[in-house]
Amino acid sequence: MKDAGFILGSYFVTLGAILVFAFVTLRRAKESSQSVDEKDKTWL
Amino acid sequence: MSQVLQRTSATGTRATKVIGALAILVMVWVVVSGLILTPQDVVQGESVRIMYVHVPSAWIAYLAFIFTAVASASWLISKKHSMGFDRFAGASAEVGVMFMAITLITGSLWGRLTWGEFWQWDPRLTTTAFLFVTYVGYLAVRRLEGSAEQRARRSAVVAMLAVLEIPLVHFSVVLWRSLHQGATVLNPNGDVKMDDLMLFTLFSGVVAFTLVFVWLVLHRQRTMLLVDIANRQGLDAAIAARKTEGSVR
Amino acid sequence: MKSDSSMPVSKGKVVTAVFLKDVQIELRSRVVTNQVLPFAGLVMVMFAFALDNDDVLQRVAGGLVWLATLFSLLIIVQRSFAIDTADGALDSLRVAGIELSAVFFGKAIALAAKLVALEIVLIFSALVLYRVDVNATGVVLLVTCVFCATSGLAFVGTLYGGLTAGAKGRETLLPLLLLPVVAPVLIAATRATEAAFGSGGAQTSEGWAWIGLLAVFAAVFGVGGSLAFGSLIDE
Repeated sequence: MKDAGFILGSYFVTLGAILVFAFVTLRRAKESSQSVDEKDKTWL
Repeated sequence: MSQVLQRTSATGTRATKVIGALAILVMVWVVVSGLILTPQDVVQGESVRIMYVHVPSAWIAYLAFIFTAVASASWLISKKHSMGFDRFAGASAEVGVMFMAITLITGSLWGRLTWGEFWQWDPRLTTTAFLFVTYVGYLAVRRLEGSAEQRARRSAVVAMLAVLEIPLVHFSVVLWRSLHQGATVLNPNGDVKMDDLMLFTLFSGVVAFTLVFVWLVLHRQRTMLLVDIANRQGLDAAIAARKTEGSVR
Repeated sequence: MKSDSSMPVSKGKVVTAVFLKDVQIELRSRVVTNQVLPFAGLVMVMFAFALDNDDVLQRVAGGLVWLATLFSLLIIVQRSFAIDTADGALDSLRVAGIELSAVFFGKAIALAAKLVALEIVLIFSALVLYRVDVNATGVVLLVTCVFCATSGLAFVGTLYGGLTAGAKGRETLLPLLLLPVVAPVLIAATRATEAAFGSGGAQTSEGWAWIGLLAVFAAVFGVGGSLAFGSLIDE
């Protein structure tokens, strides 16, 4: 593939950013959910 | 505090799990189709493949900022000032800033391939960059200290000011470019002749990124609620501790 | 002019009082004249060192004047609100039940006065240091440009200054919020000033389109600021 570096790079940046964001969010959710009562989690 | 770390449920529900699974599935299809199955473009060659991630992320970024503006306006207008609006505005802006960063990076990589330059002072690009900086500022305002109520009011007003600012920035850049030079930027989306598979892949990209957006925003706004509750509990506990201290004396 | 019990002081009086207070603080402390003006002048000299070419300096003089103005704006706004929050003056005004949009206009007019003084010095230093010329029609354009651009900058500066007043890390937050918003003013005021200076063969008549943009900007943020200011500084 011509210009593979640019093309794969843009896919890598996109997916990488999404994964990092998702991972950080889930970890923060897990940390903060420890101290919160189940009945306050209105979405359950 | 000798509390055993118990297994508690976090921000996930059956709905988010389904959305997450679907998002991964469609995303894998987009990557496979975008990188391998779709043909190269007559004019742009292989570089057209960047379009399948660039265009959907731009679309989601703009959508996210529209949501933030609408949610902020709803918070300001609604009598109850429901904090749900504020959390949604914040979560949407965070995800939007991320997608805007992706848009700018993939766009400049694509630009380097099609225009030979990473950046053009084209009105659309410039406005996008300003939108990005503006919402980075919005997120900084959200992190200012203060109560959740203060945060909600301040950030809602700042989001409304951004709605005022962006058209002015866009218009001034359009005027600046049009008076200065006539060179038009080669439109990266305009001169791609798309066959059915390319169109379908682009469409799948929009679907995949929308699912990702929904998943991220759901988790993020629930996390914000958890953090708010945890902070309030910490404050209540501190006040209670002070009170018992006072009554003992 | 309403003066019932709920609003003991008329809006005009509040505007004047806040304006006079800010001007008096400046007259006593001399921060703008003794610190910001020399800073702005220094920036103009530093630009000359960096660009090191008479033709280039003449060409970009308008932009440098407005860049120096923006940098100074950040300092003046920070200073003005730091004094207010340190003494709890904003809190007192709020507690007194005074209409906050009047405070907004009072502070904005005071800021505009300081900015105009600064811009006059900067434009004269451009005339001397960068050797630009202005003809009679150029002067008219320049005065209009300074008026419109300064109004816009004063409104936006007061608005975001109020938002970041008293916040942790305001020194860095203010530029992040303020600079993107004033980008249209930088673009429009620079082009209008270049037209007035005749930089790069620009005609004076080309500048008037930009004055329109500056006027719209000032009007939008004058109205938006008077509506939003109260809820931004309200704690």
